[in-house]
Order: sequence, then C-alpha cells, then structure tokens
Amino acid sequence: MKTKESDTKTYLGMPLYRPKVGFFEFSSCEGCQLQIVNNESTLLDFLSLVEVVSFREAMTEKSDDYEIAFIEGSITRDDEVKRLKRIRKNAKILVALGSCACFGGVNQLKNRFKNLNWVKKEVYGRHPVDTEPVRAVEDVVKVDLKIYGCPVKKEEVEKSVLHIALGKSIEIPKYPVCMECKANENICLFDLGELCLGPVTRAGCNSWCPNSRAGCWGCRGPADDANVEYMKKIMKEKGFSEEAILERLECFGGFADFLKRKK
Amino acid sequence: MKKTINVNVKHLTRVEGHGNIHIKIRNGKLQEAQWEVIETPRFFEAMLVGRNWDNAPLITGRICGICSIGHTLASIRAVENAFKIVPDEQTRKLRLLLKHMETLQSHSLHLCFLALPDFMNAGSVFPLIKSHKDVVMHAAKIKGLANDVCDCIGGRRLHPTRTVVGGFTKLPTKEELSAFSERLKALIKDLMTVAGLFSGFKTPDFVRETEFVSLKGKDGYPFIGGDVVSSDGVLMKERDYKKVTNEYIVPQSTAKWCRLSRKSFAVGALARVNNNFEFLHPAAKDIARRFDLIPVNHNPFMNNVAQLVECVHVVMDSIRLIDELLDSKFTDPRQEVKPVKGVGVGAVEVPRGILYHCYEFDDKGKIVKSDCVIPTGQNHANIQHDLEALAEEYAVRGKEDGEIELLASMLVRAYDPCISCSVH
Ligand code: SF4
Ligand code: SF4
Ligand code: SF4
Repeated sequence: MKTKESDTKTYLGMPLYRPKVGFFEFSSCEGCQLQIVNNESTLLDFLSLVEVVSFREAMTEKSDDYEIAFIEGSITRDDEVKRLKRIRKNAKILVALGSCACFGGVNQLKNRFKNLNWVKKEVYGRHPVDTEPVRAVEDVVKVDLKIYGCPVKKEEVEKSVLHIALGKSIEIPKYPVCMECKANENICLFDLGELCLGPVTRAGCNSWCPNSRAGCWGCRGPADDANVEYMKKIMKEKGFSEEAILERLECFGGFADFLKRKK
Repeated sequence: MKKTINVNVKHLTRVEGHGNIHIKIRNGKLQEAQWEVIETPRFFEAMLVGRNWDNAPLITGRICGICSIGHTLASIRAVENAFKIVPDEQTRKLRLLLKHMETLQSHSLHLCFLALPDFMNAGSVFPLIKSHKDVVMHAAKIKGLANDVCDCIGGRRLHPTRTVVGGFTKLPTKEELSAFSERLKALIKDLMTVAGLFSGFKTPDFVRETEFVSLKGKDGYPFIGGDVVSSDGVLMKERDYKKVTNEYIVPQSTAKWCRLSRKSFAVGALARVNNNFEFLHPAAKDIARRFDLIPVNHNPFMNNVAQLVECVHVVMDSIRLIDELLDSKFTDPRQEVKPVKGVGVGAVEVPRGILYHCYEFDDKGKIVKSDCVIPTGQNHANIQHDLEALAEEYAVRGKEDGEIELLASMLVRAYDPCISCSVH
C-alpha cells in the first residue's frame, strides 16, 4: 500500500508518521485480527494510521520490514517458537494482541490436564500429534505492550497505535469492569442471581458482557489490586459454588497466578 | 510445453488459518498434488471435559472468530437437545436472524475481501480501496449492516454475549429491529451491484463430480437443525451425524478428514444450493439462474456464486423474520435450564457448511465427552481430490507454473476454508 503525500494524516497540523505494521497469528481463532477488519466504519481510518505490510488473512504480499508486530494467539508448538523469535528480531515494538497472546486464552485450558498424552489421545486417538503446553507470548519473547480481551476492543487497538505513532505513553485502565458497568447504569447481575467477575477483572471493554445482562468471565484478566479471595468469599456467601467461580477464573488464563497462589 | 512445473505455496494467503499447496508436474504428467494442513491443534474437545454445561457455548465459540455465532448456536442446540429444551418461536426466529447476518457477514467478507482480488489482479483488497472505491464501499456497507445486526441481536459481532442455553439474556427493541428492516431493504441495491460485478468475471472452467452434503430443508431453506441429506441419496438423523462424517486421520493434515458414499464429499453454500434449491427465495433463485447455477452443479469454483445467491436469500428472509417479530408480542427471552444426563447433538449450517457439536453430560450437567466436526474438515478431502484433478487437467492443457499456482490458490479459496477452525 503506497500513499501519496496528500493522503498523509495530520495531527495538530503535523504530518503523522505512519508506522509499518505486521499482523501475525499463532494458535488462535483469529478473532482479534477480525476485530480490526470487521469494523467497516472505522477500517479506513485505521488504514490511514498505519501501513500494513504483512497480514496473511487479508493480503498476498508479505514483508519483513515492519516496526510494530501484532501477535495474536498463544504458543503451542516448536515451529511457533521459532517463528515468534524471528518476528521479535524484526520488530521494534511487539504487541501481544488479545487474551490468547497475553495469557494463553481459552487454549491454556488444556494445561489443566497434567498428562498431555491424555489430551492428545482424547482428540487424536493413537495417531501421533505434535503439541506442547500452551504458553503466552511473553513466556517466549519480550513483549512491549499487551492489549487484553477475548476479543480485543478495536478502539483500544487504534488508540494504542496512535499513541505509538505519537510517541505518547499508553495507559490502560487499572480499575475493574464494575466501574464501567456502574457508569453504564446496568442492573447488577448479582441482583439478578447471576455470577459476574466484574469486581476483579480489568476494565477497558466498557462492561461488554454486563451491558448484555450476561456476567463477566474475566477475559481481560485481573485489575490492578484485584482482591480475588475477597470476591470469592462474597460470592460464596451469595450462594455461588466455588467450582463455578473457579471455572470462570481459569477460563481465559488471566487469573493463573491467583489460582496458583492458592494451591 | 514446459517440462517441469513446481508449485509450492506455503501459508496460503487470504484464507483463515494455515495451509500449504504442493504441485509437481513432469512432462505434462502430474507427479504430486497435495493440500497440506499444518495448523496447530488447540484440543477444544479435551478442554471441555469436566466442565459445567454453561462453559460449552462460551468456549467452543472461540474455535473460530469468523463463524463464532454458528459455533455458539450449534453448541447451544447440542446442550438443549441433551437437556430436552425446546426453544420457543421467538427464540428460534431471533437465532435464525442472527445466523442469517453471520452468513451475510462471512460471505461478503469472503467474496469481496478475500476472493475478489484474484479476479482483479490484486494481491489484496487494499489497493482496490483506491482503484475500485465504489465496489469496496458497497461491500463494506453489506458487511457493516450484517455486523450491526449481530451486535444488536447477539450483543457482539463476534463471540456473542447474549446467546445462551435457553434463549437470550436480552432482547433487541422493536425500534432497533424496524430500523434494520429499512436498512436491509435498501441493501438489495448494493447486493445487485456486487452481483453485477461478479457476473463480469469468468468462473474457471473445471468440473469434478462429487457428493454434496447439507441439512435438508423442510419448511424452508435449512440453517438450524433437522435431517442431513446428500446428493447421493443418503438421509440421516441429526443425532446420527457420525455415520455421515466418518472422520479419519491422514498424515498430511492436523485436521481430520471425512468421507461418506465416495472418497470425499463437499459441504457449504454450493452443497446447500444444490440440495435445497426449491427453498430459496425467488430473488435468490433469479440470481442463481443469471449465473447458470442450476442444481446439481459440480464446479467447485461456483461456491462463490452460491454464496452470492445465499446473500440475497438471507437478506430477503431476514426482512420477513423482522416483520413477523414486529407483529408479535415479545415474551420472556430465557427459559430455565435443568441439566439432564445424556447426549445431545446440534447441527447448524454455518457459512462453510454443516457444523456438528455433540456433548455427553453426567447427571449434574458436567461434560463427560465432547466432539465438534467442522465444515472445512469435511471439505479437506474434497479439496485434495479437486486439486489433483485440476492440476492434472491444466498440466495437459500446457499451463505455466504461475497460472496453475493462481488457479490452485483460487480453488482452495473458493471453498472459503476456515483452517484453524477445522483443526481446532
Ligand atoms: S483472544 Fe479470543 S478472540 Fe482473540 S484470538 Fe484468542 S480466542 Fe480469538
Ligand atoms: S454486573 Fe458485574 S460488572 Fe456490573 S456491577 Fe455487577 S458485578 Fe460489577
Ligand atoms: S465483561 Fe468481562 S468477559 Fe466480557 S468482555 Fe469485559 S472483561 Fe471480557
């Protein structure tokens, strides 16, 4: 994608620098990438912010000349480790895009089983198949920025890119989903007898699920200072089973440290 | 004629997931043609074991970002069938409307963003944004509207939040629905423009007879549940899906392959149109005829046209569904769920073909065993055999490496494969 001078975006009257970006997917549903191409109304704006040089799902051309690499998915096989290390070498800034990349996402649920051979057999029978325990991107290479969510919020991706282009620091919410939910004036799900991880999960999704009257499953991982033990206590008092709470906490991998600490 | 032709496509682009094409031709004779699937498996079936029933739709929806609504609905149907829950009419209509909009979203993404560049000598849709702005704008409008409806009914365009076992957590308002009805009516013009553009393209000339498998229409064109039918005369109950899919493992693929009456079969838009032509909306039938898509059509490249035909069908049918919903009085969107020990199967026609989810539950509603059979998985063997036949035929015609590479890539793209989904 070449641009003419006249297409260059400006910010406060200064021509905006358009970083070259590549999108790379590992073990994932590719939903986080789709969040970017799937928002027609703002797709063209996004494309004017960056120069996409590698995006296998959308284009045939590929290039190793990029500054920002967006990594989607978790790491589950040796060839993925090699590919990821190569991308790390090429990129100035490496972004973990979405919960699979940030903490293993739903994929890490397979790590619950100590016996990886059982996992393989359950799906492939006696046929040999290559797989390793699921790892987050930062367990393999250095990650410069994490964008949480399953899926990510497009606005957050755009804001991050803009801030990188402007050399500004990137701030993600430290507070929990409950804050957004209250601002959105939702009926609290606890009052409807439903479980919700809003009190301990990092905000930034604009309380996506509670807005639909569905409880939060913690896809964005823990908020700063999340008090998971306290929340568990309150929830048990409200009559939710320990198991239901644990299933939610372990679903996307973000709370792994809290679950480990307890054991 | 050139003596040797070698085609090696590593990580085919503009498809979902990772697949490779290898073709080797010597002295005009095919030595090798291989469709290789190298995607990493994520082991969804194992992940679910031991977890509560409410995890199933939420987790299996993450099998695929493109058809997450289809996975969620198939999963919900499997759980509801196991628990003997029958969704009411309101829920059935809203689910079908949601399903239609996913079909429109996915088909238009494939047609206008992934397949189109091949017909216009471009590597991606990005340069077309400048050179063919009007077409891209029509396509973006179609996809955009489909996504907006999914946001409204499902709560989110991918990985929906409102769809649950028993119904919906929240309903759209009638104002929202009637606004969508107006926008859908206006969308027909955009669809016709896209159809006009595609009618100018030449569909590659290639035919290989195969078996087409789809759900069987009863009161309409089939999307959610029902019997399974094949163009070779097989008729099967939804719960007996394993007798249709017959999965097996091959070394060249981390996705399992399937077969039924022959060495391979095809699912997807072309299979649905071939098996259920009579149930299409008249406007969709018109488009099919305009493109000479008359059942049973055995040219796999015609899947693109079949998707176009379905785009018209789902838009027309959505307008009808919204009318009916507007005329009805909304009732409580969610039924109570009581787990029952047993097995449930859910079959749903997602954009790329029939998708099956099957779960076995214990008496507390914990998942004991699960199985998901993905449309692209069912198509892999058919893609392989098409690839062999195509390479052989075009080698005899004396085509060059580049042309064969492009045709082979277009063939695989015509199936609109969802590779990571097929491996899952
Ligand atoms: S984080 Fe969620 S949406 Fe993103 S790739 Fe992973 S499973 Fe898909
Ligand atoms: S619904 Fe969830 S996120 Fe909203 S206030 Fe209640 S606990 Fe917090
Ligand atoms: S509400 Fe919770 S589960 Fe839903 S998107 Fe936000 S963080 Fe994720």
